[in-house]
Amino acid sequence: MGASPSISIAIVGSGGTGALTTGNFLFEAASAAGWLGVFTRTMGPQIRGGEAAALLRLAVEPVESLPDQFDLLIGIDWLNAHRFGAEIKVGPQSLVISDPRGGEPPPIVGQSGARVIEIPMKELAKKIPDGRPNMIALGIAARLLGFSAEQLFVPVEKRLADKGTAAIEASRAAIKVGFDAAASLSFDKHLAPPKPITTQRWLLSGNEATALGAIRGGIRFAAAYPITPATEVLEWLAPSLVKVGGVLLQAEDELAAINMIIGASYGGTPSLTATSGPGLSLMIEALGLATSAEIPIVVVDVMRGGPSTGIPTKSEQGDLNIAIYGLHGDAPHLVLAPQSVADCLFTTQWATYLAEAMQAPAIVLSDQYIGQARAAIERPADVAFIGARAVAAEISGPYKRYAVAANGVSPMAIPGTRGGQYTADGLTHAENANPTSGAADHLKQLDKRRDKLDNFNYGDHWAAVEGKGDLVVLTWGSLTTTAREAISRAAADGINVRLVAPRLLAPVQPERLKAALAGAKRILVVEQTHGAQFQKYLRAHYDLPAPVRVFNRPGPLPITAGEIHSAIAEWK
Amino acid sequence: MSAIGTPALACKPGDYKSDVKPIWCPGCGDYHVLMSFTRAFAQLKLPPEEVVVVSGIGCSSRIPAYTNCYGFHGVHGRSLALAAGLKVTRPDLTVVVASGDGDGYSIGGNHFLHACRRNIDMTYVVMDNHIYGMTKGQPSPTTEPEFDTALSPGGTGVRPFHPLVVALASGANFIARCFSGDPNETASVLAEAIKHPGFSFVEILSPCVTFRPDESAWKDMVHTAPVPETSDQGKAARRLMTDDGFNLGILYRGSRKPYRPPVGTTSIDLAELEKDFEL
Repeated sequence: MGASPSISIAIVGSGGTGALTTGNFLFEAASAAGWLGVFTRTMGPQIRGGEAAALLRLAVEPVESLPDQFDLLIGIDWLNAHRFGAEIKVGPQSLVISDPRGGEPPPIVGQSGARVIEIPMKELAKKIPDGRPNMIALGIAARLLGFSAEQLFVPVEKRLADKGTAAIEASRAAIKVGFDAAASLSFDKHLAPPKPITTQRWLLSGNEATALGAIRGGIRFAAAYPITPATEVLEWLAPSLVKVGGVLLQAEDELAAINMIIGASYGGTPSLTATSGPGLSLMIEALGLATSAEIPIVVVDVMRGGPSTGIPTKSEQGDLNIAIYGLHGDAPHLVLAPQSVADCLFTTQWATYLAEAMQAPAIVLSDQYIGQARAAIERPADVAFIGARAVAAEISGPYKRYAVAANGVSPMAIPGTRGGQYTADGLTHAENANPTSGAADHLKQLDKRRDKLDNFNYGDHWAAVEGKGDLVVLTWGSLTTTAREAISRAAADGINVRLVAPRLLAPVQPERLKAALAGAKRILVVEQTHGAQFQKYLRAHYDLPAPVRVFNRPGPLPITAGEIHSAIAEWK
Repeated sequence: MSAIGTPALACKPGDYKSDVKPIWCPGCGDYHVLMSFTRAFAQLKLPPEEVVVVSGIGCSSRIPAYTNCYGFHGVHGRSLALAAGLKVTRPDLTVVVASGDGDGYSIGGNHFLHACRRNIDMTYVVMDNHIYGMTKGQPSPTTEPEFDTALSPGGTGVRPFHPLVVALASGANFIARCFSGDPNETASVLAEAIKHPGFSFVEILSPCVTFRPDESAWKDMVHTAPVPETSDQGKAARRLMTDDGFNLGILYRGSRKPYRPPVGTTSIDLAELEKDFEL
């Protein structure tokens, strides 16, 4: 069999066996060698004693979505693997490595027709002082993928540097034993050689990219309340903000977190918090305050399965409705969604810029998949979106904080500015900021806040619009890269398909979407929700010019490129 | 605290008043609290543009717009959090938070604990009238158990909250009680509270003439605390636990270091941060 453009590996173990560490080492060695790709994990909510799987896809060209099937599945043990067997699909072409003392592979593996080879990883590890079965597994994977054992030593030594030479030696020995144990195995899938590295490569998660995008956009204050799967955004910001003269404050809850960023932004500092669905629910009231008082803030929601506590460790796009419609009253605000790990950087930076430019809150809808996936990517380009707020200089004479300006944005007096004293208020207010319940003032300020968002020129960044076909895949968020892969497979079959994926979800862009959909004859909406929220949003705000089919499914099962490809192929 | 003592244009109480007409009922204790605010700011010669009065929701929380300082009238119960974000990013400002017994002790109770614990340099003023006034007379956490309301026929039967004890236990660095009917003394205590580093908590008994006409008796019940202020937490705890609720004055003055989160240099070198990700 010839060399493949991509290869996929899953490493499974019960919590604490080190399956994720193994996957991480393998991914780091592959990226160092020049392959691109994505590393993600699937796990239960337990810290220890649950189930965990490292999912890797290595490729010659950039790739961020999970495969239809895994080529190689290594079960260090199978203790709780049945809980997510359905998320790791294998088929007759797949090779499964199983430890005879690690329990039975889930039935779904047996039914798949995959070739199962037994290697006693635990027993082999026991023969090495302090040897661990996951390092045996790492050696096996290295051999099957065509790496040398030495290539794996590099990331292992880096990680274990502070644990002493004994720990490093034990790991090296175990990797070698695994490497040798796999010597006689035939595995007929080979990854094509990487392209020479000509540009700077980065290895980072979407949550880290989000945090960097925030700082690039000018964020200098973050309030933090931990929540899965958003915490890494805050944990990266904590030391990093300090390095650029910023501050992070841990809040007592999400209600405090969002009010802290409103206070900091009122004081003139661009501010952000990151959360997930339950936290966003608690922040909704204060998002209305930021809308009314015209305080720019950025709230990142790394979506997980919902409602309620839902599935904290797994991805879903079900927060679309609350992000767009959750606020009481008529409260125009910005909602944006990154489309890949790298795009988490751009979209968060752009959101910061937009929030500051329009003095409005922005919600960034990331998700667990791109948030926690680590990707090897080309260094994202620097863009010029740096938050810059219209600020009032020293004022003599009466100051109208909420004066109706031509573009709806009125210069904001920052505390310390003489003559600019005003009280920011969630109460309906007049142009001079004084509370009022008059109809005319209410309407004037509602119009002002709507118009400043509607009249802004968002440019081409509002969406990814690619290809010319009259069949359009209309999707959003992390499914964008999956759809792109499906479309390139369809192109190989001779079917031209157009991709339209809005990055800017609110305010809606009816004219732009109309242009993007011009000539469409079929529209396939793809989304990871149970209630087809995206389709309903589209129908509420846009005249879709062609018949619509919806491919929607809730998490935690990822929607694959193969499934979208089939949906395209079936719609003749 | 840099604002204190700097030469300012304004130094008369009237310079700190806005021309917005208060919505309070005639005779409301909060008028006197407003007077105490402006007197305290004048005593300290604070430039009005360097003071921010932050509040939540309720009668008390209307106070920011009645001053000529910067103000923030936010959502119900969250004023302390908003003020914390402001103060850690703008330590140069004088931050005064105004609240009431419903806003501060009920919906905002959790933030009260953590603001005391965090000990950021700000002053927290709670105008306590033992009732929800703006919603027309429902029991608050400081309402007496037998007090009859439409929402609690025959009384709540629930023991009131003791804010000063909670403040001490949670780490507040300055604790005082005042009576709105004595705006001069209240202004002096407020000035002390603002000057004191860390989180200063001042409870002001401020009668509600409309829903608690019985509180007109407070003027005869309040009295200067019979013992001088203390910096000893043990003594303060005993004093506050046995308090009759009407002792006035500075009751505790601690010496905890105010909290300042780590603040870095302002040298902005994004390339340095990006090294984390380079292969």
